[in-house]
Amino acid sequence: MLIKRSERQARHGTLAAAFANQTSGNLDRRTFLRRSGLAAGGLAAIGALPLTSVRKAEAAGSSPGPGATIRKNICTHCSVGCTVIAEVENGVWVGQEPAWDSPINRGSHCAKGAATREVVHGDRRLKYPMKLVNGQWNKISWDTAINEIGDKLMEIRAKSGSDSVYWLGSAKFTNEGSYLNRKLAAFWGTNNSDHQARICHSTTVAGVANTWGYGAMTNSYTDIRNSKTLFFLGGNPAEAHPVSLQHLLEGKELNRANFIVADPRLTRTAAHATEYMRLRPGTDIPVLWGMLWHIFKNGWEDKEFIAQRVYGMDDIRKEVEKWTPEEVERVSGVPGEQLKRVAEMFAKDKPSCLIWAMGQTQHTVGTANVRASCILLLATGNVGGPGKGANIFRGHTNVQGATDLGLDIVTLPLYYGLVEGAWRHWSRVWEVDYQWFVDRFDKTTAVDGKVTTTMNTPGIPSTRWYEAAIPTKDPKDNVSQKDNLKAMFVMGHGGNTVARMPEVVKGIEKLDLLVVADPHPTTWAVLSERKDGTYLLPVATSYETSGSRTASNRAIQWGEQIVKPIFESKDDNEIMYLLAKKLGFADLMFKNIKVENNVPVVEDVLREINRGGWSTGYCGQSPERLKLHMANQKSFDMRTQKATSGPDEIRGDYYGLPWPCWGTPEFRHPGTPLLYNTNLSIKEGGGTFRARFGVERVIDSKVMENGQEVTKQVRHNLLAEGSYSKDSELKDGYPEFTLGVLKKLGWDTDLTPAELAVIQKVNPTTPDAVSWSIDLSGGIQRVAITHGCIPYGNGKARANAFGLPDAIPTHREPIYTSRPELVAKYPTLPNARQFRMPNVGFDMQKAAVDQGLAKQFPLILSSGRLVEYEGGGEETRSNKWLAELQQDMFIEINPDDAGPRGVKDGAWVWVTGAEGGAKARMKALVTERVGKGVTWCPFHFAGWYQGVDQRGKYPKGADPVVLGESVNTLTTYGYDPVTGMQEPKATLCQIKAA
Amino acid sequence: MARMKFLCDADRCIECNACVTACKNEHEVPWGINRRRVVTINDGKPGERSVSMACMHCTDAPCAAVCPVNCFYTTADAVVLHSKDLCIGCGYCFYACPFGAPQYPKVGNFGSRGKMDKCTYCAGGPEADGSVAEYEKYGANRLAEGKLPLCAEMCSTKSLLAGDGDIIASIYKERVVKRGYGSGAWGWKTAYKESIAS
Repeated sequence: MLIKRSERQARHGTLAAAFANQTSGNLDRRTFLRRSGLAAGGLAAIGALPLTSVRKAEAAGSSPGPGATIRKNICTHCSVGCTVIAEVENGVWVGQEPAWDSPINRGSHCAKGAATREVVHGDRRLKYPMKLVNGQWNKISWDTAINEIGDKLMEIRAKSGSDSVYWLGSAKFTNEGSYLNRKLAAFWGTNNSDHQARICHSTTVAGVANTWGYGAMTNSYTDIRNSKTLFFLGGNPAEAHPVSLQHLLEGKELNRANFIVADPRLTRTAAHATEYMRLRPGTDIPVLWGMLWHIFKNGWEDKEFIAQRVYGMDDIRKEVEKWTPEEVERVSGVPGEQLKRVAEMFAKDKPSCLIWAMGQTQHTVGTANVRASCILLLATGNVGGPGKGANIFRGHTNVQGATDLGLDIVTLPLYYGLVEGAWRHWSRVWEVDYQWFVDRFDKTTAVDGKVTTTMNTPGIPSTRWYEAAIPTKDPKDNVSQKDNLKAMFVMGHGGNTVARMPEVVKGIEKLDLLVVADPHPTTWAVLSERKDGTYLLPVATSYETSGSRTASNRAIQWGEQIVKPIFESKDDNEIMYLLAKKLGFADLMFKNIKVENNVPVVEDVLREINRGGWSTGYCGQSPERLKLHMANQKSFDMRTQKATSGPDEIRGDYYGLPWPCWGTPEFRHPGTPLLYNTNLSIKEGGGTFRARFGVERVIDSKVMENGQEVTKQVRHNLLAEGSYSKDSELKDGYPEFTLGVLKKLGWDTDLTPAELAVIQKVNPTTPDAVSWSIDLSGGIQRVAITHGCIPYGNGKARANAFGLPDAIPTHREPIYTSRPELVAKYPTLPNARQFRMPNVGFDMQKAAVDQGLAKQFPLILSSGRLVEYEGGGEETRSNKWLAELQQDMFIEINPDDAGPRGVKDGAWVWVTGAEGGAKARMKALVTERVGKGVTWCPFHFAGWYQGVDQRGKYPKGADPVVLGESVNTLTTYGYDPVTGMQEPKATLCQIKAA
Repeated sequence: MARMKFLCDADRCIECNACVTACKNEHEVPWGINRRRVVTINDGKPGERSVSMACMHCTDAPCAAVCPVNCFYTTADAVVLHSKDLCIGCGYCFYACPFGAPQYPKVGNFGSRGKMDKCTYCAGGPEADGSVAEYEKYGANRLAEGKLPLCAEMCSTKSLLAGDGDIIASIYKERVVKRGYGSGAWGWKTAYKESIAS
């Protein structure tokens, strides 16, 4: 018999010494319990252990060995914000250890996080800049690449104008990278600047912000532990955000919480549900209104909350009355009794929260869907406290941050919009003359001689860029800018993520210049038959660059560069600097940012963001504060996210200073862990609904007076009534703060002379108009908060979001609906021009009904995420540890649909789409996971196109391990009117055995 | 001495496969060899449950009982390890193992098998702890560093537990009490007919 020699000589010598007498068998119970994820509460309950000793024992877990340096960064594969601990030896990432100290993931990872080291080994990474010459990939130098690209951009600009270049950015940028990318587009002179949020949560941002102020997750992943009812509508976090399930499942166990999953598929999340509701894709509003129908009918709503903090709930009642249990069942398929049970749980077992992701957002009614969700929360008083809220799960490390920093066609950084005031604000922050920007933009002269610039016009959504590249037959359909798109500059964005890929291919072929700056060649490189004019630039991954990242819960974490960019890669910031230099505006763009060896100093970039980020409370998170949080992660309590120990500088702070973090860094606001929580004072992270929509709404109404109908102006108060945050000196609603408001209250005397001087400088003619969001001194914010008031005012949330196309969320059938008979009653919105282009959804829906497409394509096609892959999937399909687990593209089909078609489990099938004869070859997964008449595909695959393997078109050695058909080859037309969101969650297809 | 065990809390497992890739990452396990995998039963149907499986480090290990060259041994921590120097790749242990733990790299034509590979409980092999030879044959030896297997340490939902059997059992018992219903343990419903949901 073999016997193991017992010398305890470890890989890392010092650790072995530390554990000299402590074999794993003796691993003490404290460390062990901590690692096994028993909550602190659980320990206290059994009275076993004081928490402090737990911490001590656990600290040893990730100590470095000799020669190995420990570096912390953030996993890039979803928005939970898991800390990744890397062991680096001689510049090589040699090992990964669990990050026990993180108050978010507590050591855990999912398949992607646990395999993330491979991303930086980079077997399949793009290794040097390449250029397509006559259909062949040629290696070129960085200098050549930047020079040629820059020259071509200038040539296009001279001929077709600045708007003909599209800057497509990335949710994998750091905050600093995102900001620089938006700044680059601004200095170039276009609003055609977008990123993945367009296709992921653009409708959430628009819908939720239009309801109560900010379009972000109100609470946090860890706070969901406090919920008694968790309602998932349009999300499958067990696959998309696995580490969040640690908190959700533990919360479910601790509170015996209701865990209700409504989804067309019995997902991995639904497998853990206490209640599962199957609904037809695209019928979220009927389900939500159906729940509210029961809530209103039984008087389960929170009447006091509605009266004090909500505007327009009566208008909702009228719409909800139409959604009787019978009608809901007819449209959505959800049985009436179940809906009543769920409605009662949601309204009574409080606190309740609503969790969603792309199941709600990716529809033509995406904005209305999320608004209806918010309204359900408002009606039941479930916003603004622990365990409540809209828990919006976003999809990348920094999709929240990239959205915040304005990688978006409708706004400059931090939601200032595109109005003149916004440009003037940022010109002041950037210390560049406003007129300089005006001159950078294209101008058009109308017939009447009026000159307009595109400076204030929203750009083209990334979902529809290709339409703008293809000249239209009818000139009136032309894109409303000087010329068509001629160049795409793509950084860190897949090419298979946009619907209608056959059309995308045509768009790519029309471009004069295509630049793909990415760690991988991506679908962009291989999808079309381009022969020239294409450049691939190798970019470092997020792990090879330092900077801050904003997780879904608005907390900002500082990640360090783990290793230097591998091969010939450069990081995003350096590439943007080189480009700005070539294009001739680097000195202006980096006026207040130090640049070392062509690499901008990220700390300086964040400080500049701080100096301009008042509107969203990105002003208090200095690099120094964030770094201190990262260094002292273990001081933060997991449940509250508050620092209960550690250095004085962080004591009382919330982890990652979740925005809004008001005032200057010196003001030391702790961050806002829960939005709109009136039970905390503003200085401690409390809040109210944002008074964003004015103080009152005046409506002309017809009323009967003395037997005669007369038109009268009725005034509706949009400010809160009798509700205010703790310690507020104003005991009622109030508008946003300006210098004028401070003067009225007599609080302006609290401003320091220095602050007053800055305010005076912002607007020398009417300083009273200077508001909290453009006061560069932070004085107005400081004074308001000192008096217990929130700078943005104390308003009502809007159940009726007047101004939106559907002010009252209204059910509308998908463009390609499986239920054409419902279109007459629930048609999509009329055609309209949006974002420089016509949206002809109405015509398309009508044509689909008239042609009987639902008969030819009788199966609903939906798409979603697998745990092993992310997004377009080029990065994760190139990771051999992940690729091994999912080697084939597949379509889920119900046995009842598979049988008659002769489709067998695991066999090849052809799937055809409802537009343009699109087809795709993939494997069938016959499963009851999907209901009858519904099919589902993962959206991560690419590299096959309509049955043809495109592996040979990748640069040698940079092809992903696994290739497959993209579901977006089959997806179809349909755009949300508010954001241009596509509709890949509900379209039609047909399947036949291959 | 402690008896090291794995326990997968099926009420928590979401089939995220972190355990699988953590294992690959820690030991640089090649393509085609899976020391750990997640098995899902009733896939896509009500009652779907997933369980993470690897070598269970049995007390009276059947693999060791059938090995013709006696390459298996049990450490003082009750971890079942084997010597790749002795293994002849015969595959008997594969048939004996109730969990499908033993894996074999394909090394030549006619499906000939290489040396058996399996979960080591992150405890290496017979070579000196932390030696290069040990790493090349068996992967990292975390146990010698006072660390538990990485699959369990990185589990997304703290479903997969590793460590001394007594401690694991007490943790699991505590969870069951908190949940307030029978048990999510595998086979519990079959044995006691208690509903998971109520």
